Amino acid sequence: MSDVIPETTVRVAERVDRLTAETSEGAQGLLERRVTGSSELGREVGAVLRGTGLALDPRDVDVERRDDETMIINMGPAHPSTHGVLRLMLELDGEYVLRTKPVIGYLHTGMEKTGETLSYVQGATNVTRMDYLSPISNELGFCTAVETLLGLELPARAIWIRMMMAELNRVASHLVWMATNGMDLGSTSMMIYGFRERELILAFFEKTTGLRMNNNYVRPGGVAADLPDGWEDDVTVICDTILERTDEYDELLTGQPIFRGRMEGVAPISAEEAMALGVTGPILRSTGVAWDLRRTMPYLAYDQVDFDVIVGTYGDNFDRFAVRLNEIRESIRIVRQCVERMPRGDYRAQDAKVTPPPRARIDESMEALIHHFKLFTEGFQVPAGEVYTAIESPRGELGCYLVSDGGPRPFRLHVRAPSFVNLQAVPLMMRGGMVSDAITVISSVDPIMGEVDR
Amino acid sequence: MIPLPPMAPPGVACADALACDVACFPSREAYLDLVRAWREDGFEICADLCGVDYLGHPGRDLPEGVVATRFEVVVNLLSVSTRRRVRVRVQAGDREPRVPSLFGVYPGTEAMEREAFDLFGILFSGHPDLTRILMPEDWEGHPLRKDYAVGRVPVQFKEAPGPR
Repeated sequence: MSDVIPETTVRVAERVDRLTAETSEGAQGLLERRVTGSSELGREVGAVLRGTGLALDPRDVDVERRDDETMIINMGPAHPSTHGVLRLMLELDGEYVLRTKPVIGYLHTGMEKTGETLSYVQGATNVTRMDYLSPISNELGFCTAVETLLGLELPARAIWIRMMMAELNRVASHLVWMATNGMDLGSTSMMIYGFRERELILAFFEKTTGLRMNNNYVRPGGVAADLPDGWEDDVTVICDTILERTDEYDELLTGQPIFRGRMEGVAPISAEEAMALGVTGPILRSTGVAWDLRRTMPYLAYDQVDFDVIVGTYGDNFDRFAVRLNEIRESIRIVRQCVERMPRGDYRAQDAKVTPPPRARIDESMEALIHHFKLFTEGFQVPAGEVYTAIESPRGELGCYLVSDGGPRPFRLHVRAPSFVNLQAVPLMMRGGMVSDAITVISSVDPIMGEVDR
Repeated sequence: MIPLPPMAPPGVACADALACDVACFPSREAYLDLVRAWREDGFEICADLCGVDYLGHPGRDLPEGVVATRFEVVVNLLSVSTRRRVRVRVQAGDREPRVPSLFGVYPGTEAMEREAFDLFGILFSGHPDLTRILMPEDWEGHPLRKDYAVGRVPVQFKEAPGPR
């Protein structure tokens, strides 16, 4: 930890020299070593915590290497293994990766700015598009923040419905991860299977919420609709099927020599490194830290259900795979308990301030019509204040920092996207590995670019 | 409310926050020392760092002695070992907001500080690579500032004359 802090220099495109100017947009990319500062170099080679414990020691890395010995290549943003529009710049020595820099922003659509122009009623439709593989988690994070500011109590059924949907969504998200991870490793059958099973859950989502993805199901005050008739049977079938199929995936992948060879011992990360980089979720748990917000800082009714927090040991690719595979099983366990113990009652808080009147009332009551109209045009006002709430999304801690000025729209809406932060671990994991391992590293970090760029 | 860590610099105001144990309001000078003291006190993870532009806000509750400025940097720290959260809110300034970078304490704030710089124009002294992260390199302005208007593309109807 150096005590001398240099004054900030905002790097602009003029500093970019010939090589990168031809191949990239400029200063955001990975630069040649001779124009890269030592602390940035240290970060790019993943020297976050090497050497002296938690300190950044630029002398610990191979800063002496000359530029003509290495090659900077560009990977993405349209590379199929980058799961969207992630662009990585790699500095290679032969086939070994020395430095890595993720370049992001290709999917930036200003959702936080948009969120300031939408009312709290509309807000959930905005955030649900961030992490498009687990929309329910996004809505849950946003609605929890709004409800905390409102001081709103939810009926038990709403809490349990939310919990069940969030867990089903976690299963769907992890299944897609299994599928794409298999595809990156060349196991195309795994890809077909993962997407096939996920479709079961999406079909149930469609039945319940009306949409397969971007559900806008969790709303401030509860959920949008009650569960459909016969939902217990649907969910039980999903649980039975997926639990059976997870055993098949286990058989297909876990003992498979090629799969193990490419996953075991590749790209390890230690618990200290992960925590210093702010990494959460399955990546942190794979290093042996039993940190799962559902258990450690319970929200909804997670303190009333029985489940295990899955942890790994080595923090390598294989552990991250194992953690996610077993989290599917644990989520199924939670879903089964939700089916058994789903309370009766209302699925949204009967608070006229945030809850629209029932549809049937609108036909017969002028006041109900006005109430409905006002709620959906003006929205409701939220007391001034600021709040940070966090939930455990399939990728880690999904936080929502909300500042209200007392009006019907958020003054500032910030979403702490787990993928955005987890992506910082990529240079560390890539370091010293082969280019072919780079593919599995990106895959095992599981970045969702919609959430990274927002 | 939990007390400040033993190594905390003097003169840090505290107040109860809604969803976490404590929010503290250091001055810009005490900011880095305070965060380092929290780090020593067992807060291993910097969960979140973001900027807020309070231009046009009717006024926020701040403890006595804290002078509100237009920009604020909000840091949410998380302790895995003791299961606590703490929020640090530092007033970053009005015209040229600038605070020290937390990169030396928490390397994981690197991308978050770049984001706050990109979207708010808040400068972080000592940051290794302060470039835009979400917006294109040559973008002008900082989009999440309150005086930066929301762009709109007019709805185009079939028969109506086009935008050009």
